[in-house]
Amino acid sequence: MGLKISDFKYKFGYNGGLPNWCPGCGNFGIITAIRHSLVNLELDPKDVVLIGGIGCSGKLPQWVVSYGFHALHGRTLPVATGIKLSNHELTVIVHAGDGDCYGIGLGHLIHSIRRNLDVACIVHNNQVYGLTTGQTSPTSLKGFKTKSTPEGVIELPINPIALALSSDATFVARGYAGDNRHLAELITEGIKHKGFALIDVLQPCVTFNRVNTYDWFNDRVYKLEETDHDFTDKDAAFEKAFEWEKTNNEKIPIGIFYKETRPTYEDENPQIAEKPLVKHDITKIDIEPVLNMLI
Amino acid sequence: MEMEKVVNTLSWKLGGEAGFGIMSAGLIFAKACSRGGLNVFVINEYPSLIRGGHNVSHVWVMEREITSQYYPVDLLVALNEETVELHKNELNPGGGILYDGDKITLTAESLGRDDVNLYHVPLEKIATETGERTIMRNSVALGASIALADYDLDMLNGVIRDTFAPKGDKVVNPNLAAAKGGYDYIKENYPADSFRFKLSKIKGREPKPLISGSEAISLGAIQAGCKFYSAYPMTPASPILHFMAAHERRFGMIVKHTEDEIAAMNMAIGAAYAGVRAMTATSGGGFCLMSEALGLAGNTEVPVVVVVAQRPGPATGLATWTAQGDLRFAIHAAQGEFPRLVAAPGDMEECFYTTINAHNFAERYQVPVIILEDKYLAESSKSVEKFNVSNVKLDRGCLAREEDLEAEEVTFKRYEFTETGISTRAFPGQKGGIHNVGGEEHDVYGFMSEDAENRRKMVEKRMRKLELAAKELPKPKLYGDESSDLLVIGWGSTKCPMLEAMRVLEEDGLKVKFLHLIWILPFPTEEVRKFMDSSAKTVLVEGNFTSQLGSLIRENTGKVVDHKILKYDGRPFYPEDIVRGIKEVV
Repeated sequence: MGLKISDFKYKFGYNGGLPNWCPGCGNFGIITAIRHSLVNLELDPKDVVLIGGIGCSGKLPQWVVSYGFHALHGRTLPVATGIKLSNHELTVIVHAGDGDCYGIGLGHLIHSIRRNLDVACIVHNNQVYGLTTGQTSPTSLKGFKTKSTPEGVIELPINPIALALSSDATFVARGYAGDNRHLAELITEGIKHKGFALIDVLQPCVTFNRVNTYDWFNDRVYKLEETDHDFTDKDAAFEKAFEWEKTNNEKIPIGIFYKETRPTYEDENPQIAEKPLVKHDITKIDIEPVLNMLI
Repeated sequence: MEMEKVVNTLSWKLGGEAGFGIMSAGLIFAKACSRGGLNVFVINEYPSLIRGGHNVSHVWVMEREITSQYYPVDLLVALNEETVELHKNELNPGGGILYDGDKITLTAESLGRDDVNLYHVPLEKIATETGERTIMRNSVALGASIALADYDLDMLNGVIRDTFAPKGDKVVNPNLAAAKGGYDYIKENYPADSFRFKLSKIKGREPKPLISGSEAISLGAIQAGCKFYSAYPMTPASPILHFMAAHERRFGMIVKHTEDEIAAMNMAIGAAYAGVRAMTATSGGGFCLMSEALGLAGNTEVPVVVVVAQRPGPATGLATWTAQGDLRFAIHAAQGEFPRLVAAPGDMEECFYTTINAHNFAERYQVPVIILEDKYLAESSKSVEKFNVSNVKLDRGCLAREEDLEAEEVTFKRYEFTETGISTRAFPGQKGGIHNVGGEEHDVYGFMSEDAENRRKMVEKRMRKLELAAKELPKPKLYGDESSDLLVIGWGSTKCPMLEAMRVLEEDGLKVKFLHLIWILPFPTEEVRKFMDSSAKTVLVEGNFTSQLGSLIRENTGKVVDHKILKYDGRPFYPEDIVRGIKEVV
C-alpha cells in the first residue's frame, strides 16, 4: 500500500485534525499504536471503519483517516456488528472506554464475544469516567474516591479478561498506553486474528485518576511473552486473568492471554459466502414462490 | 326449525384451551374455504400463556370480499365447556354448536336458548381411534364442520396435506383419517339439511393467498430489497422475525435475533450505514428501548425502517391484545428534534405496499421511517389479490456517483448543505467517500462540531427534508360517497372494520364518507382540512383513550372533530361498534 503514518492523520476537521486530549493522556499512546498498526497491515483507509464510543477515547476516530462512526454510549458493538455483517470485507475496529464497554455496554460485549464476529475491540481502560469530569467506572479499584463515590467505591472492579475468557473469546489481550510499540503489535495481532479480539488497554488518565498513573503501572506491568505463558492454554489464561487481584494489585500481566481459532459468525452465514451483503443485487427479487405457499 | 338456506356466508368460531392447536386449526379451515374461491377473514384471540386459558380462532367466510370480522357466530366449535359458556350468546338463531357430547352436556335449558342446533360429535373417541392423539380432535372438528356446511372434503384434505407435509406421512395420515371420521359422523348421524349454512366452491375463481399483516410486512420488506433484519422477540412483532428467519437463506438476507432491542436498532443502523437496506420490528416496550437509537438514525441521516406493532400499554400492558395507543409516541420518541416519517397501513395489502414505500422513502429522505401496525392487523389473516409488483421500483436516493468521489479532498462532504436538505451518501469501502457519522452535531464532513452557525444550518438542513416529503408522500384516501356530509376519520387498522361498517350503514340508508390516513407524519394538513371543511359532521374513530389522531388534527389544522368513537379495551373495532357509534351521533 505504501501509506505512511501521516496518511492516517487528518489535516483539518475536529480541533483542526489534532487530538484535544489532556497533555500526557494515555490516548496519545493508543492513537499512535493504531496508526502504526494500520500502516503495518497495509490497509487502505477506505476499507477501515473505526467505531468510537462516548468519552474521550471515543473521539479517536475523529483523528484517524478512515470511515468513522461515533456511536451512542455503550452501543459501539451493535453498530460494529451491523456494519460488519453488511460488508464483512471491511476491517472493523471499535474504540471505547471502560464505562462504554464494561458498564453500560457490558451486555453487548458478552454477546459480541459469543458471536465471534471478526471485529477488534480496543478498550481504553482508564478506570474512571473522564469526559464527564471524574466519576467512578466499572474498573475503578475498590475504595477509589471520586465525585460520585466520595467515600470510596464499594464494589470490586469488573475483571474484563476473566469475563472475556468465560464468554469463550477467541482472542484476549491487554496492552498498556505507556508502551505503545508493544500495544501496536497487540493491535496488529488482534486485527489479523480471524474472530473477535478484545484488547483491554491500561490508559492513565492524567487529570482524573491520580492512583493508576504511569508510575503506578510501570512498577506493576510485565509482559506475558517474557514468561513461559502458553496462550493456547485456557486454564493458564484464567490463572493470569486473576493475577491482578490475587497479588493485591502488585502484578499486572500484559500481552496475549489467550488465542484460539473458531469459525466466525460470518463463516456460519452461507448467504454471504460468495459476496458481502452490500454487493447483493436487490432489483430482481421474486416473492412469487412464497406468495404461492400462502394459497 | 325451517329456515332459509344461507349460501357462502358463514361465521365459524373455534374455541378451546391453549395447546389445542386452535390457531392452526382456524387457519386450516380458512384455507380450505379460500382455496374454493371464497373470501375469508380470520381473527385470533388468546391470552398470554402457553397452556390453558381460552383461545379462539374466528373465521368469516363470504363470497364477496370481506375486510373484517363481525360479532355473530353461525357455527361455534367448542373443544371445551368454557367456549360454550363464553360464546353461546353470540350465536345467530339457526346457528349451531359443534361439541363432544361425551365430554360436555348441552341442552336448550342449559344454554338458555332453544333456537340453535346442537351437533354432538364424539371428537375424542374419533381422534383416538383414527388419529391416536387427542390433539387430532381439531381435525375431527374440521371434518365435521365441512360436513355440516356440505362443503367438499377434498378442499380440507388438501390443506391438511400441505400444512403437515413437513412432518411427514406419520402426521398427515392420522389427521386425514381424523377429518374423515368427523365428516362421516355428521353425514351418518344428522339429516342433510339440518345446518342452514352451506359453503360451495366458486367456479372460475382463482384461489387467493391468505395473508396476515405480519407476513405482508415481511414480504414487502423482502420485495423492497431489505437484506438485514435484526430484532428481539416481542408480541405481536415476533411473527415478522419468524417469517424473515424462515426465508433468510432463500432470499440471501441476514436475520439476527439480538440480545435486546437496543442491539437490534443499533445493528440495523450500522448495517444501513454500510449500505444495506435494514429493518427491525418491536412493540411499544421495545420501541422505548430503541428511542435513543432512533435519534441516532435521525442525526446521522441513516435510513432505517422500524415496525412498531402496537399492543395495549403502558409497561407490559396486555401482551396479546390490540390497541392504537402509540401514535403520539412514534411521532415524538427520542430527545431533540429530527425528521422522521410515520405510516400506519390499514389492511394486509397496505402492509405490503407501505413497507416497500417505507424502504424507498427512508433512503430517499435519509430518515428513519416508523410503520405502525397492531396485534389485530399483525395476526389476523385475509384473502388478498396476489400483490402486483410489476410497478415496484426501488429508489435508493442520493448515492455518490464517480464524480462525487473524485474530489481531491481526503474526506467526502456527506452532509453538504443542499436545497432539499438531502445530501449524498457514500458507503464504507468506496474510494473518495471517507467521512464520519455519529450522534454528535457535526459539520459537512461529519466531524464533531460545536460551532453555533453550523449547528443552526444543520438543524435546518435536516428538518428541510420533511418539506419535500410532505409534498411527495401519498395522500390520505377517501372511501364512500363524496357527497355525503358525514365524514368519518380513522387511521391504521380501523380501515378493516370501517369498510364493513359502511356497507351496513348503507343498507340502513346512511351514507358516510371515510377518510383513512396511512402516512401521518408529515401530517397531511391540507387534505384533512379540505375534507373537514366540506363536511357538516365529523366523527373520529380510533383505538385509544386520549384520541391521539384527534389531537393531531387539531394541532395541525386548528379544527376539532365533532364526535369521537374510542375503544381501549384491548379488542379491535367490530363493524357493529362503529355502526352503533355513528347512529348515536346522527
